[in-house]
Amino acid sequence: MAETESLLVTAVTARLGGFQWTSARAVGAYGIGFGVLAFWLTLPPLHTRTTAVPVVVGILAIACGIFALAREERRVGGGAIAAGVLGIGLALVAVQSSVPHLNQVVVWSALFSATLVYSTPLLYAAIGGLYCERSGVVNVALEGMLLTGAYFGIWADDFSHSWVVALLVAMLAGAALASIHAVWSIHFKVDQIITGTALNFLALGITGYLFIQHYGDAGTPGNIADYGIPDIHINFIKSWPFIGPIFGQLNLMIWLSFLLLIGTWLFVFRTPFGLRLRSVGEHPRAADTVGISVYKTRYIAVISSGAIAALGGAYLSTGFVHSFNQNMTAGTGFIGLAALIFGKWRPFATWFATLLFGFSSALADRLPIAYGSEWGTLFQALPYVLTLVAVAGVIGRSIGPAASGRPYERQ
Amino acid sequence: MSDGDQNHGDELLSEEFEEAPRPSDEGMPGVRMTFFRQARGFVGPLLTTVVAFFVGGLVVLVTGHNPLKVYKAIFEGTGLNWFFQIGSHSARIPFSTAHMWFPWDTSSIAAENLQQTLLLTAPIILTGLAVAFAFRCGLFNIGGQGQYLVGSYFAIWLGTSFVHMNPFFHVTLTIVIATLAGAAYAGIAGILKATVGAHEVISTIMLNWIAIWVGSYLFGAGGPLQNKLQPEIPISGDVADGAKLPVFWGLKLLQGLSIGIFIAIAMLVVYWIIINRTTLGFAVRAVGFNPEAARASGISVARNYFVAMAIAGGFAALGGAVDVLGWEFRLGPGDIQNSSIGFIGLAAALLGRNTAVGVGFASLLFGSLINGTSGRQLDPSIFAPELAGNLATIIQGLVILFVGINLGGILVWWRKRRASS
Repeated sequence: MAETESLLVTAVTARLGGFQWTSARAVGAYGIGFGVLAFWLTLPPLHTRTTAVPVVVGILAIACGIFALAREERRVGGGAIAAGVLGIGLALVAVQSSVPHLNQVVVWSALFSATLVYSTPLLYAAIGGLYCERSGVVNVALEGMLLTGAYFGIWADDFSHSWVVALLVAMLAGAALASIHAVWSIHFKVDQIITGTALNFLALGITGYLFIQHYGDAGTPGNIADYGIPDIHINFIKSWPFIGPIFGQLNLMIWLSFLLLIGTWLFVFRTPFGLRLRSVGEHPRAADTVGISVYKTRYIAVISSGAIAALGGAYLSTGFVHSFNQNMTAGTGFIGLAALIFGKWRPFATWFATLLFGFSSALADRLPIAYGSEWGTLFQALPYVLTLVAVAGVIGRSIGPAASGRPYERQ
Repeated sequence: MSDGDQNHGDELLSEEFEEAPRPSDEGMPGVRMTFFRQARGFVGPLLTTVVAFFVGGLVVLVTGHNPLKVYKAIFEGTGLNWFFQIGSHSARIPFSTAHMWFPWDTSSIAAENLQQTLLLTAPIILTGLAVAFAFRCGLFNIGGQGQYLVGSYFAIWLGTSFVHMNPFFHVTLTIVIATLAGAAYAGIAGILKATVGAHEVISTIMLNWIAIWVGSYLFGAGGPLQNKLQPEIPISGDVADGAKLPVFWGLKLLQGLSIGIFIAIAMLVVYWIIINRTTLGFAVRAVGFNPEAARASGISVARNYFVAMAIAGGFAALGGAVDVLGWEFRLGPGDIQNSSIGFIGLAAALLGRNTAVGVGFASLLFGSLINGTSGRQLDPSIFAPELAGNLATIIQGLVILFVGINLGGILVWWRKRRASS
C-alpha cells in the first residue's frame, strides 16, 4: 500500500514539477498516511494493544485532513478525513481481536501477493475501459468482455494446448463483442448504456450456452493448468524476506499488466495518438475540425478496449483458476469499471484503485480463516461502497470525459 | 392528428429512441398516415422480438438442434397453450367419467404452467415499471435488481417477524415497508444525481452490487437473518403463514398463482395514471424531455430526479415483496446472486417502450420465456434446460440490442421509399 501511495505521490509530483513539503496538498497526503498508519499499528508485527495510540494517530490524520480541506484541497483533505475515521474504526476492531487470530489473517506477504492476483483482471478491464471511455464511448459491457475472454481463452487453450493461441483467440472474441458496441454506439447512435447492457446479456448467454453445449456437466478438463499461462519464477529473489513470497512467482499476465499500464500512460498522455484519443472524448467537434477522424478513433478505441478486457478474462480462466464456469466473472468487470471511475480515468490512479479493491478481496478471502465467513461476504461490498462514496464527491468529484456517452453526428 | 393531449405527450416522449429516419408524411392519405403513426408504436417491438427469436433460433440450429421443436417445447412449457385448449373436459365428479363443456379447464397441466408464467410475470412488470418510470424522467435506472432485492430483504425480515399478527395487517405492513425501503434505496441514486450530479447509471450499478453482497451476508452462514433452526444451512427463516399472499388459482402447496399478479396489474394502472393524469407525471415527463426547458418553466429538476428514482425504487421493491410473500417465502445467498429479475424488467421496459400497456405485454413475453426455458417446465429429451436458460439470456440480450435501433421505424421508412420509387 505504502509503495503504491508513494508512486502515486511521485506521479503527482512529476506533473506539478516540484513538490512543496508543507503545501496543503502534501499535508493532506500525510493525513492519508496517518490514517493507514493508525490501522497498521494494531496489526502484526507491531500489535499495539491499547486503543489510545491508534486513536491519537487517527485524530492526527483527521486534523491534517481538516487543514487541507480548509485550504481548498477537497480531494486530498476529504481522503485524509475518511482515512482517519476508517483507520480508527478498523484499529478498534483489530484491538478487540486476539493476537493469534490477527496473526492468522494478516500475513502481509500472502495478502500482497493475493492482492496482485485479484487486482490483475480488474486492471485489464479498467485499462480496456479507459481507452473506450477516453474516446467518448461509455463501456458498461466490460463484464461481458471479460467473460467472453475467459470462455474463449480456455476453449482455445483446451483446443490448441497453447496459451499464446488462447490469448489471441480471447482477444479476437473480445474485439468481436466490442465491435458490436462500436457499430451500435458510433454508427447507429444507440444509447451506449443500453447497448452495453445488451452485450453483457449476450456474453453471459453465449458463453453459458457454448460452455454447456461443449463441456456439459463434466466442466472444463482438469489438465488446463498444464497448458495455462505460465508463472514467471525469479529464483534469486525467492529467498528474500517479504519480497520473495510476493514477486518470486507471479503469473506472466501480472507482469504484462504492469507493462500495459506504463504503456497506456505513455500512449494516452505522451503521444500524439493519445492526444487525439483524448480530444475526441472531450470535444469531438473541435477534433473533427482539426482533421481528426472521430469515427475512426472511436472504432479503434472501442475495439481495442474489448481485446484488452478479454485478456483479463483469459488470465482469470487460464492463468488463475484454470477452469471455466457459467458467469464466472461475477461482477469483476463492474469492479474494474468502478476502479476506472474511482481512479478518475487516469492510468496510475486507476491502478491504485484496482490494488485497493484487490486488497479488499484478498482480505475478504483470509478473514474466514479466523472469523466467521459472514464478514468475508460483507467485505465484498467494500469496493462498491467506496466507489459510491467517490462518485458522491466526498473525495472530490469524479468527472469523466466531457463527450462521454454522446454519439457524434458528422457534419 | 386529432389525438388528445395525453397521446401527443406520449408521442413526444416515446420518440427518444428513434434515431432512424422517419417517413415524411406528405402525400400520404390521412388513414394510412394514422395507421403508420400508430404502427410505429407496436411494429417496432414486434419486429424486434421476431428478429431476436430468429437469431436465437440460428444459434440453436448451428449447435445441432431443431429450433422449431425447441421453440414448440418452450411454448408448451409456458402454459400459453392453455388459452387454445377449449372444449369438453372431465367434470371431475368422483367415480364417473362425465365430461362437461367448459371453455377452459382450470386445473390442467397447461393451467399449472400458466400459473407459473404469471407468477414470474408479476415481478417483471414491477421491475419493468421501475425502469420505465425513471426513464420518463430521463434517468436510466439500471438498479432495478438492487431495489428488487432490498424489497425482498425487508419482506423476509418483516414476514418472518410478528408471527401472530392479523394476516391482513401483516401483509399490508410488510408490503408497505418493503416498498418504502426500496424507494429510499433508489432515492440514494436520485439524491446523488440531484445534488452532486453523480451519473445514476454508475451509482445504481454500485447499489446493485452492494445489495447483493449485503443480502448474501444477511442470509448466509452466521448472518443476522439466517434461520435459527438449522445454522448449517445458509438460508433465511420461512415467512409466517399469515404474511403469505392468498392463492386464487391452483393449489397453495404446489405454488399456485397468488394475488401478486393483480397487484402488478394494478400498478400498471397506477403508473399510467401518474404519468398521464397527474401534475407529478407531467413534471417528470417535462424533466425527461428537456431538463433545461423544465427548469426554465419553474419545475424543480433536482426534486423530480429524486422523486422519480424513489417511485421507481418503490415499484421494484414491491416486486421483491410480492415474490417473497407470493411464492419464494425464503431467501438464500444463492437465490440472491442468481436472481436477474431486475434486468429482465429492464428488457421488458425497453421493449414495451416505457408505456403501461407495452410493459405489461413485454413482461408476459419474458415471463413466458423464462418459465418455458426453466428446468421445471422444459422436456429435457428435446432440449437441455441449462441450454435453454442460456438461450433465454441470449434472446433477452438480442431484444435489448435491437430495440435501440428501432426496426419498426426502418421498416416503415423502407416501405415508404419502395412505394415512392
